[in-house]
Amino acid sequence: MSDEQFIIEGTDFQKLLDALRQQGYTTVGPTVRDGAIVYDEIASVKDLPIGWTDEQDGGRYRLQKRNDQALFGYVVGPHSWKKFLHPPVLSLWKARKNGKSFEILPNRNDSPRYAFIGVRSCELHAIFIQDRVFTNGKFIDPHYQARRQKVFIVAVNCVQAGGTCFCVSMKTGPKATLGFDLALTEIIDGQKHYFVVEVGTEKGAEIIQRVPAKPAQPNDIQIAEERIARAAQQMGRHLDTTDIKNLLYRNLEHPRWDEVATRCLNCANCTMVCPTCFCTTVEDVTDLTGTEAERVRKWDSCFTMDFSYIHGGSVRASAKSRYRQWLTHKLASWIDQFGTSGCVGCGRCITWCPVAIDITEEVRAIRESEQVSKKGE
Amino acid sequence: MPKAKRPKIAVWKFASCDGCQLSLLDCEDELLAVAGAVDIAYFLEASRAVVKGPYDISLVEGSITTPHDAERIQEVRRVSTFLITIGACATAGGIQALRNFKDVKEFISIVYAKPEYISTLDKSTPIADHVKVDFELRGCPVNKYQLIEVINAFLNRRKPNVPTYSVCVECKRRGTPCVMVARGTPCLGPVTQAGCGAICPAYHRGCYGCFGPKETPNTVSLSAWWRKLGVNDHDLVRAFRGFNAYAEPFRKESERYEQR
Ligand code: SF4
Ligand code: SF4
Ligand code: SF4
Repeated sequence: MSDEQFIIEGTDFQKLLDALRQQGYTTVGPTVRDGAIVYDEIASVKDLPIGWTDEQDGGRYRLQKRNDQALFGYVVGPHSWKKFLHPPVLSLWKARKNGKSFEILPNRNDSPRYAFIGVRSCELHAIFIQDRVFTNGKFIDPHYQARRQKVFIVAVNCVQAGGTCFCVSMKTGPKATLGFDLALTEIIDGQKHYFVVEVGTEKGAEIIQRVPAKPAQPNDIQIAEERIARAAQQMGRHLDTTDIKNLLYRNLEHPRWDEVATRCLNCANCTMVCPTCFCTTVEDVTDLTGTEAERVRKWDSCFTMDFSYIHGGSVRASAKSRYRQWLTHKLASWIDQFGTSGCVGCGRCITWCPVAIDITEEVRAIRESEQVSKKGE
Repeated sequence: MPKAKRPKIAVWKFASCDGCQLSLLDCEDELLAVAGAVDIAYFLEASRAVVKGPYDISLVEGSITTPHDAERIQEVRRVSTFLITIGACATAGGIQALRNFKDVKEFISIVYAKPEYISTLDKSTPIADHVKVDFELRGCPVNKYQLIEVINAFLNRRKPNVPTYSVCVECKRRGTPCVMVARGTPCLGPVTQAGCGAICPAYHRGCYGCFGPKETPNTVSLSAWWRKLGVNDHDLVRAFRGFNAYAEPFRKESERYEQR
């Protein structure tokens, strides 16, 4: 791999999609639907949210028109790439009754070879975190692994941050530094519209050869770096992670958990939108005659009562215990369990919480109360 | 299951619109399987043939609104091994439970030419207020797949897969962007039990709460947020007074705002 970077003209972006599709990839990426930018199949550059941006705050998301024709002039929306790698509903296997025994019916969970278009740095980190969860260690999730191995990743560096972003605090962005095949920085400068392209893998190099690309000049690279640095200055949220694990473990009985429980709806939206949350439940269903059965896996959440149900009742019956479980797992016990934080600072749980509960705010409240009581000592 | 011992199912109607029974008729293909697996012994909506009880499963639609119904449900319970209530009327009193917040005698004198002919109770109440119920299936109307699932589970002696979490979970699984967050449209989804498949938000509408209160609903927090979205007290009362107005968490929340 050389460190060489390339320039692709804005008008040639379609050729990048074409090259990937000719290689047999299903191209998926951001598109406008139902008042938000979601991830779905995109065959043409016209499917991208051209000239749109998103305005985000706690419990609030609005699309706005930009005054340019940027293809990637927004941040992350309600969907994440986990919907492709770790689908919300998945049939695991079926069985049919066969006399006194039963036979397992072959289940072909074939998935397309996806090319992800427009993966942000925080999202690359989220995929890496899910890789650790699903494909590291003794128990491998074959469904995740099969999908993951085939993916081609076109990352996009953020040149503007969103209202709930805090990747700088989590050291996960805004520049893509790992795990991409190609990484683009979109530059709009007066009438000029082009992408500075970094190549991450051999696969990426092969694709770039099929697209009109010229070598980038040091000046182009510098402009790209400056724009990314600007995004780093614009973070809508900030989270002080100093000694965060012990901070939370020390404060499991903090009154703030009772306070947040009065607001938390235990609706589970935060876990559903989080790109690292991975929990599922399985449902076994039979047909009416009792001759066929199927096991279906669905996204689940630590905010449901059933999630912690064991004989006799739910272990986490109170909203307080469920919210505390979620936050402390993301930011503390995840570190013990998987060796990284479970949060990449994408801000989705803040934007998509219907009542604007803010993970950074909750941690701040606990941290500040400690500082106050220390001062008082 | 040996042919001779096909389980007998009965479908009973109390105060209701018949919509939930129609969900059963709407099961077409699945119904063929139902008809093969079970003996639909009493289902006046579908057939006049009546097979005498006792019944293995009784599906009960509708709420109790008259003294006669209050007696009849006792009889249904006596002849049924499992009694399953279906729909908002049977599980919460239905839309007709709006009478519970007012004086029913006033309605009668306004609506009927000869009020003395009307024999009615002053409240519309769910079946479980009168007899022991083995399973309550929510919805206005019930979701036909959930209905099949419940019958299926009882026939196969397993637990029904009928989750009690929020509509939001279904919304997110199907990938619908939240209408409260993305449009500022008030939605009852966060306090409403899943089951419908999150239909309304997919059509850019807020949830109407057809499946009643979810497990551990935080109605107080949701109402406070609705107020911030610009909903006034009067409209909040009306939002909670839908098909599940008399389900306790919704009832308390509407009363809280009515009394303000
Ligand atoms: S924090 Fe917000 S999104 Fe998460 S369960 Fe509570 S109310 Fe729902
Ligand atoms: S916890 Fe919130 S900010 Fe962190 S990765 Fe999950 S959704 Fe993003
Ligand atoms: S649209 Fe309604 S049901 Fe769907 S996630 Fe938002 S609040 Fe929940």
